[in-house]
Amino acid sequence: MMRGDDDAIISLVARTVSPFIMIFALYVIFHGHYSPGGGFQGGTMLAAALILVRLAAGNDLAQLQFPRSWGTPLGSAGVLIYWGTGFVAMMGGGRFLDYAFLPLAGAAPQRRSLGILFIEIGVGLAVCGILTAIYDDLLEGRPHD
Amino acid sequence: MKALRTAVLVLFGAVLVIGGMSLPNRGDPDARPYRDPSPAGTPNAPSYYVRHAERDADTPNMVTVILADYRGFDTMGEETVILTAGLVCFLILRRGRPKEKRS
Repeated sequence: MMRGDDDAIISLVARTVSPFIMIFALYVIFHGHYSPGGGFQGGTMLAAALILVRLAAGNDLAQLQFPRSWGTPLGSAGVLIYWGTGFVAMMGGGRFLDYAFLPLAGAAPQRRSLGILFIEIGVGLAVCGILTAIYDDLLEGRPHD
Repeated sequence: MKALRTAVLVLFGAVLVIGGMSLPNRGDPDARPYRDPSPAGTPNAPSYYVRHAERDADTPNMVTVILADYRGFDTMGEETVILTAGLVCFLILRRGRPKEKRS
């Protein structure tokens, strides 16, 4: 079923393109303050880069890059970053998810900007981990090389 | 039949063009759909967002500010839904492993 690793062109193209997709995904996440984009879109592109390598190199070889046991913990970590940002703001004296009370330097608008960045990173990690985990779950029990 | 199809296509195209010409300007806080109160009676929320998003959060992209700051709880729920979907896939799809050994 997954016999891509015997084709040199597919393997080479996937290996070459995947890091660039990752870089662009990080750009989409971190530049979401200034241009269309954000955590959901960037996380989807990160997952696309990981799944491209899984498709091209075979699921077993791709375990070296991103083991199948990492997906769900990464998704949980992203959700924890989001909730943790909210609770840190609460401990700083504000309400839940009120980024102006995060213990950071700068005026309130700058703190809000950084708070938005934190939760975008959390969303990106969660989406990336969960999409890769769903792909791995679908392949579970299938015969693959 | 082909003439009817063409006529319907042209009609839809005309509706699209006429509708697109009367859209409000992007980012105009005084545009009618932003200015009017919502059906629930909330006054002028989009107009407030357009005017104050950049100053409130030091972020030029007001969509990001609405998504992550003003509507932060909503996005938190969305992310939790994604995690729940992933966990449900995990629970449903990985349960078939012992069966596979039998067959």
